[in-house]
Amino acid sequence: MAQENAASPRGNGARRPGKGLAIEVTGLVNRFGTQVVHDNLDFSVRYGEIMGLVGGSGSGKSVLLNSIIGLNRPKAGRIMVLGQEMRGLDRRETRSLQGRWGVLFQDGALFSSLTVMQNIEVPLKRQTRLPTSLMEEIAEVKIALSGLPPDAAHKYPSQLSGGMRKRAGLARALALDPDILFLDEPTAGLDPIGASQFDQLILGLRNALGLTVVMVTHDLDSLYTVCDRVSVLLDKRITVGTIEELSAMDNAWLKDYFGGPRGRAASAALERAEDR
Amino acid sequence: MLRQRAQDAASLEVREDAKAFRLRFLGSWLTPSLAGVDQALRGVQPNGHRNVVFDLAAIDALDSAGAWLAVRCQRRLEHAGCKVAYEGVSESDQVLIQAVADGKECEPEPPEPSTFRSFVTNIGEGTFARFGEAGALISFLGETIMSVIHLARRPAELRPIAIVYHMQKTGLEAMPIVGLLSFLIGVVLAYQGSDQLARFGAQIFTVNLVGIAVLREMGVLITAIIVAGRSGSAFTAQIGTMKVNQEVDAMRTIGLSPMFVLAMPRVIALTLVMPLLTFYANILGLMGGGVMAWTLLDVSPRQFIEQLSGALQLSTFWVGMIKAPIFGFIIALVGCYEGLQVSSNAESVGLRTTRAVVESIFIVIVLDALFSILFSIVGI
Repeated sequence: MAQENAASPRGNGARRPGKGLAIEVTGLVNRFGTQVVHDNLDFSVRYGEIMGLVGGSGSGKSVLLNSIIGLNRPKAGRIMVLGQEMRGLDRRETRSLQGRWGVLFQDGALFSSLTVMQNIEVPLKRQTRLPTSLMEEIAEVKIALSGLPPDAAHKYPSQLSGGMRKRAGLARALALDPDILFLDEPTAGLDPIGASQFDQLILGLRNALGLTVVMVTHDLDSLYTVCDRVSVLLDKRITVGTIEELSAMDNAWLKDYFGGPRGRAASAALERAEDR
Repeated sequence: MLRQRAQDAASLEVREDAKAFRLRFLGSWLTPSLAGVDQALRGVQPNGHRNVVFDLAAIDALDSAGAWLAVRCQRRLEHAGCKVAYEGVSESDQVLIQAVADGKECEPEPPEPSTFRSFVTNIGEGTFARFGEAGALISFLGETIMSVIHLARRPAELRPIAIVYHMQKTGLEAMPIVGLLSFLIGVVLAYQGSDQLARFGAQIFTVNLVGIAVLREMGVLITAIIVAGRSGSAFTAQIGTMKVNQEVDAMRTIGLSPMFVLAMPRVIALTLVMPLLTFYANILGLMGGGVMAWTLLDVSPRQFIEQLSGALQLSTFWVGMIKAPIFGFIIALVGCYEGLQVSSNAESVGLRTTRAVVESIFIVIVLDALFSILFSIVGI
């Protein structure tokens, strides 16, 4: 390892092998009462890619996300995250896996009794034994990385705007430099300027930190600008592909989704941006 | 293939040659394994060298916290007048270090005022806040009374279903706990009383003691305290959560007054239900005393009732009962007031709920004392 030359991918490369799958879900079944949400669903995410997850309301996007991060116990199926099967893990292994992903919930889900900086220190305190001064510095780095203004560190969540709360939630999700970042509707409720800044932020972070990103979103603009591939929840299963592949498919829902007025506008906007 | 936690911890190797002071970064520079090198990097001194080289060629892994340590050391050395160069940095690490170095520093935490000063300001602020709260509560009382008068003129605006619903919630469903506790209070009073009165050979007066204590004070007080803890807090939590959800704002925009929709039904219901609960508590308290008198003093139920009717006047009963609707009104008032004071976060719901209970019990006991003075002046 130490003899490798400088040009070979190391550093983040050691964390991101570049091949294989970061997340691999096979044969997932989720049922609530008689209502079947997922029926033998397969879903996979490659290392280093940004995967969009879309689907109609109530199609089970959040349930899928919750199943992967362990908030929901599926009825059947195998979930492999970073090469480890979720079901077979003991408490210590689960905890160390939790240190390797970060989750940004819809409205940030910040702890309201703690300042932004204290919020970011929570996972650090839980997962590491670092000196307090270093934890504070790391929290400051994360605050800067997530694009929060310098005066936000000692504010409470209630003193922040919606966009700032999302950035603070992102900073907390990044606290431990996770391998995988889960985003639940990251741009919902943001104004168009804030939303496109957030898109750029996520692209930039993926490149800087070597993240694998799974994002649930309805924002067609961010799908077009950010995502490498998109998974669509259709009829309790996943259909996956790039946006071009998906919009070329012969499916009424997909045609409506990507070919509708909003989809066309988003795709046209992207083309204009690329021409410039 | 994957990042292993057990990988070599981050470490540092110092080499000096004629040209430069070289720092070799070794092992995995990931967040959990940085505790050791944090101190080491803080203490690095270049021994008079002007040129410092950070050699990252032999590093296993780097994350943003590790990159920050390097950037921090770089800044410190550059501040001391050295030139820092990186060597053997992979492309991805370069991007990472650049991203970390680009970040602005956070503003320092605003300094805490001195202990004495904050002590004095806390007293001042606390005093003003208390007076402010008291004023606001009194104006809410005024508003409530005006609304009651308004409703008395236009009974069509009463919301009978809501009132009955709250009567069921606060009255009917409180009966088991109110009954049990009143019964036990009767038992305790009889037990303690007979113990003391036995010294004078006057055990039979235990019945008088239980009767007067329960009817005048204990029945209504126990009921008020249970209702404050059970229903007053529930009012605050319900209205407070609606406030957090912006339901209260929505009501206002539709033209519904939270006072009439939320507060009035609760206030009316509790004012009506408290006398009923108190009556029930009185009966069970007397029963508790009676059972105790029977087992302890061999006073048969028949004797108990005879002794009781000799000891009590009708006024004894009314002295207790007249307080009940007033206490009910106060508890509901404070509960609704605190609920409407909730600001838009979950923490304040809890805070206000606690305050509602403490304040309403406090006011109830103060009022009870005032009533005692009043009754002794009047001579009842």
